[in-house]
Amino acid sequence: MGKVFSRPEKMGIYRRRVIFEIEALGLNSIGLTAIISVFIGAAITLQMSISLESPFIPQYLIGYATRETMTLEFSSTVVALILAGKVGSNIASEIGTMRITEQIDALEIMGVNSASYLILPKIIATVFFFPFLTLLTIMIGIIGGYTIAWTTGIMSPDDYIEGLLYDFVLWEVIYSLIKIAVFAFIITSISAFYGYYAKGSSLEVGRASTRAVVVSSITILIFNLILTQLLLT
Amino acid sequence: MIKCEHISKSFEGRRVIEDISIEFETGKTNLIIGRSGSGKTVLLKTLVGLHTPDEGDIFFDDVCYTSLSFNDRKRVRKDIGMIFQGGALIDSSTVYENVRLPLDLFTDDSEAQKRERVDYCLSRVNLSDAHHLYPSELSGGMIKRVAIARAIVMNPRYLFCDEPNSGLDPQTSIVIDNLIHGITKEYGITTIINTHDMNSVMEIGEKVVYIYQGKKWWEGTNEEILHADNPELNDFVFASAMAKRARRGK
Repeated sequence: MGKVFSRPEKMGIYRRRVIFEIEALGLNSIGLTAIISVFIGAAITLQMSISLESPFIPQYLIGYATRETMTLEFSSTVVALILAGKVGSNIASEIGTMRITEQIDALEIMGVNSASYLILPKIIATVFFFPFLTLLTIMIGIIGGYTIAWTTGIMSPDDYIEGLLYDFVLWEVIYSLIKIAVFAFIITSISAFYGYYAKGSSLEVGRASTRAVVVSSITILIFNLILTQLLLT
Repeated sequence: MIKCEHISKSFEGRRVIEDISIEFETGKTNLIIGRSGSGKTVLLKTLVGLHTPDEGDIFFDDVCYTSLSFNDRKRVRKDIGMIFQGGALIDSSTVYENVRLPLDLFTDDSEAQKRERVDYCLSRVNLSDAHHLYPSELSGGMIKRVAIARAIVMNPRYLFCDEPNSGLDPQTSIVIDNLIHGITKEYGITTIINTHDMNSVMEIGEKVVYIYQGKKWWEGTNEEILHADNPELNDFVFASAMAKRARRGK
């Protein structure tokens, strides 16, 4: 880790690589997370409307529950688990392939700090960009819920919006953004570690990629508990 | 000049190279030959600093490389060019970007100067019109030539080549050999080539070192190798049936 965070050879090159990684790891993940968010938001609204079907429970609570679920857990933890699969395996296999095809050795021979050159831009890109993905998934999930409420008539859109605004606490959004930034670091550093130390053949790269996803996911779940305890209680 | 003194290297308790001392001369094409698994790639990677020797020292001219710190080694590495067996080009970069990378990282040259230098190096390896191609779009010979261009872009004083002819047809192999030999003479650099290609030995091997079971078994020139009185070396040099017949006929 010390090698990763050591002083870069040329700042300009690293800036270019960060922009490249934002596109490769961040922008290219928008489609997947958006599709999942819209369906999850819609499903949560549907499930809540079925579960809370009672004349004693106000309808706006369905909107409230959708917002809370999307903000507190889905947009950070579940999205992070999805990204651990997509981005984590991508990072581990990319760096692992570079290792076994001697591309990392070639960088080292040039005098480049390969760990810093390959990994640091990815960490900066994901820690910076994943919070935007979280905000986007919250919004899209809520829109998904609104759309299902409006198209199926299970509740009035006005009640849904009232629920969205009910007892809104900004800290919950900030909590979610802090979590995803920590998860971004976990996904990128663990996946890069497994890729960087891959040995042998393409079979080993596949194994490194699988290990990276499994270890990242478990670490995310553990840190989810720790951060919730620290930030919400 | 590159010199190693009594270097040994083991992996997981298995000794791969043992007590090797060689002096590679400046301005000459030095060849390390040996059978597959004899330890010549480990020797080359140890010389270049990718492996740390368990024992012994390596000198680049008067500098004892093995005693340098990580940061001091980086200074020496800027004088080293290396051509890997598979080329080791960065997959996500074009030919132009691959060759330009060391200039971007270690020089303050202007855009025009960098472009001019990359253009020169690519034209030197006869690849003037491949700037925009990615490694996946290149043939084996082209990959080796781009790797050579990248290796010489910083005007290295030392050039290491790990089996530059592997996977190439005989004609392309000769092109690559002559290119490396020409560059060695043109810039007066110290070149070390790992190979088991006897054509290369005979064409460009000014100094030849034979590695057998991890030890230096013989050293001499490409002219001396045919007359060497060394059974293991002779088995290697005259391995093919045709070569054996030719030798008996001689």
